Amino acid sequence: MPSLPTVWFLLLGLLLVGYAVLDGFDLGAGIVHLLVARNDAERRSVLNAIGPVWDGNEVWLITGGGALFAAFPLVYATVFSGFYLAVMLLLGALILRAVSIEFRSKETNRLWRLWWDAGFALGSALAALLFGVALGNIVRGLPLDDGGVYRGGLAGLLNPFSIVMGVLTLGLAAQQGSSWLVLKTEGALRTRAQRAGVASTVVVIAAWLGATGIAWFDSNRVFDNFARNPLAWVGPVGAAVALAGMLYAYRRRQEFLAFVLSSVAIVGLAATAGATLYPNLVPAVDATRSLTVDNAHSSDTTLTVMLVIALVGMPIVLAYTAFIYWKFKGKVQLDEAGY
Amino acid sequence: MDVVQLSRIQFALTISFHFVFPAVTIGLAGLIAIVETMRWRTRRDVYDRLSVFLTKLFAVTFVIGVVSGIVMEFQFGTNWSTFSGFVGDIFGAPLAAEGIFAFFLESAFVGIVLFGRNRVGSTVRWLAGVLVCLGTTISAFWILVANSWMQTPAGFKIVTDANGVSKAQMTDFWQATFNPSILQRLFHTLAACWVVGAFFLMGISAWYVLRHRNSDVTAIALRLAVIVAFLGSGLMFVSGDLQTREVQANQPLKFAAMEGVFKTENGVALEIIGLPPSQTGPAAVPPLAIPNGLSAMTNLDPNSQIKGLDQEPDTSLWPPVALTWMSFHLMVGLGVLMMLLMLFGAFLWWRRSLDTNVWWLRFAVLAIPLPIIAVELGWMTAEVGRQPWIVQGLMMTSKGVSPGVSATDVGISLLAILLVYALLFFLWIYALSKEIGRGPEPAPGVVVDLAARVVAAPPKAGRSEEGN
Repeated sequence: MPSLPTVWFLLLGLLLVGYAVLDGFDLGAGIVHLLVARNDAERRSVLNAIGPVWDGNEVWLITGGGALFAAFPLVYATVFSGFYLAVMLLLGALILRAVSIEFRSKETNRLWRLWWDAGFALGSALAALLFGVALGNIVRGLPLDDGGVYRGGLAGLLNPFSIVMGVLTLGLAAQQGSSWLVLKTEGALRTRAQRAGVASTVVVIAAWLGATGIAWFDSNRVFDNFARNPLAWVGPVGAAVALAGMLYAYRRRQEFLAFVLSSVAIVGLAATAGATLYPNLVPAVDATRSLTVDNAHSSDTTLTVMLVIALVGMPIVLAYTAFIYWKFKGKVQLDEAGY
Repeated sequence: MDVVQLSRIQFALTISFHFVFPAVTIGLAGLIAIVETMRWRTRRDVYDRLSVFLTKLFAVTFVIGVVSGIVMEFQFGTNWSTFSGFVGDIFGAPLAAEGIFAFFLESAFVGIVLFGRNRVGSTVRWLAGVLVCLGTTISAFWILVANSWMQTPAGFKIVTDANGVSKAQMTDFWQATFNPSILQRLFHTLAACWVVGAFFLMGISAWYVLRHRNSDVTAIALRLAVIVAFLGSGLMFVSGDLQTREVQANQPLKFAAMEGVFKTENGVALEIIGLPPSQTGPAAVPPLAIPNGLSAMTNLDPNSQIKGLDQEPDTSLWPPVALTWMSFHLMVGLGVLMMLLMLFGAFLWWRRSLDTNVWWLRFAVLAIPLPIIAVELGWMTAEVGRQPWIVQGLMMTSKGVSPGVSATDVGISLLAILLVYALLFFLWIYALSKEIGRGPEPAPGVVVDLAARVVAAPPKAGRSEEGN
């Protein structure tokens, strides 16, 4: 039986994977928006393909943030304050895309719509990129001072490994969004989305190899768990198999399977990131300052209460979320209820 | 300015901006649930059209509430990391619970309400409306749990970790959740949000009547809004009284600052209106006051003792007296004004001239922002009155900031937020006026001739053409 903090390490992973898979596709739809949707009807199709669900998808991030605060307060405090300007930029990106989605169709003016289309694309791409840059810096290890504070500023976050990780998450979101659009749209839009999806996968594979290569020269700690425990290989192997399977599914025109496999690839890559970290949550350059499942967790009382809340609440959440997706299944139809 | 001041300004700015939107959406969600229930029970088309109209107002407000809310959740970590480390063991749980029990519910069923009304049956659509309302209410509960714990901490002990840093640790979840102030504050906040929503709909409906754009929908909307606003305004006084008593018991210095009581005395007067006191003593010109009023109101005994700020000899622990006094008195003043407006409205309803009394209708339009301002003032009273503590009695606000964040960082983010929020506010107003200009769908078979209406309407009505 794993310890309570380890259970919460896994549950937080699940919440963030839920966010990556679900908001991943609506961020991705934004990233490829300008590329795959050429006219107004197509752009409205993209927006309506995510319309009923994008807001619910973002709740995974909010809940993940709350759960991180509750289960590992020191990690929440260290990372969010350490990445101060990056977090503010991320918030700006999330605001920009949300507002763009909501306000684009309020006017028929071409420039108005182009402006918000660009805002939707830029906000989505920036958010996806920043998630990867942040994750990259955490995987790489932060130069925490003796008070456990990161003082590197925004510039300190921009190193080759983290930028490649940013490209990786950008590509991954684009791939996920494209496969969602393949599933939800028809005609020329669907064809272009599939092409964008395959191109994104090429980016993902290149960035993944690049990140692995840099890490190899940079820090051996990242590979410790893979040498120690064969279970760690489930993530990368699963992701590789899923990516290959997804490309095959596209060739067979198995749209739903392709989306599922793209999601599995995200889960696999997230598990890979988790395996590079555990038992750390925030590894420090000086390993004695690292925040780990053992030294950063909340009290057993809080973790137990949170576990009960999650076990009672999340099955209900999953049930009605599935119901909502089922109600909106099938290709997008443009009608008067929507963007 | 130092990082503490800048972070406080940023927090005040982001929370004041944010709370406008949940206040409106909680109120509107309640109205949508009522209208959806009537539509579902009666199957009358007019409720359908009113519900769709309310949904559109809800949608543009909801999205800004969501994005400005994410800022709030992250800001504890970005700007107040020492505070976050200190309270995380207790404070994080309600935030996570809010996500799991409220936000998911709200966001999932908002999808149905906004996009799916043609994809689901009548009953599921009704259920979705009710669940959105339930979600917003549960969300208010958990957020208030977190904030109330900062006002009246309970169910915890202070421990010191391996690095010698002390923090609050949960000992009893139920005590922490149902801390001494949560229920009074929940009641007062929810009632306030209903008043915000009702005044919002009341003002919009009144505007349609004034512009001769009244229809079967606006007639029902006006009456529904008047009922909710009337009951809500009444509940504000009941819940406000309960909450003030709670503050007196649990945060006596805040109470003393709110009422401007410096010296502990018997038979203290109730200050009604006047210049605010200073940090050191009452205003030079004494405010208009009811003799022995505060003693009478608080203890039901006109000669009873009221504890003043002097109960705390260390004046550095006093809240900013003038700001606390002023925000509290302005809030109560606005509450009285709104109650008078609603009494007048009730009188007109009884006289069957609710939609013909032009003065009342004009006031109703102008009154749309009043409850929102009152809500902001109420929060200002609660938060300023708690100073200099960030967690009452446990941690000073000045000790809660992030050590690694510089004044320049916060300066940059503050400026950026100021610009973005100004833009968001204009977008909100713009989108609202657009939806209001378009108005509810007319009844089937009714041909709306907006052009003709402009001719018939009072001067400056040309804007209604935009709704075409």
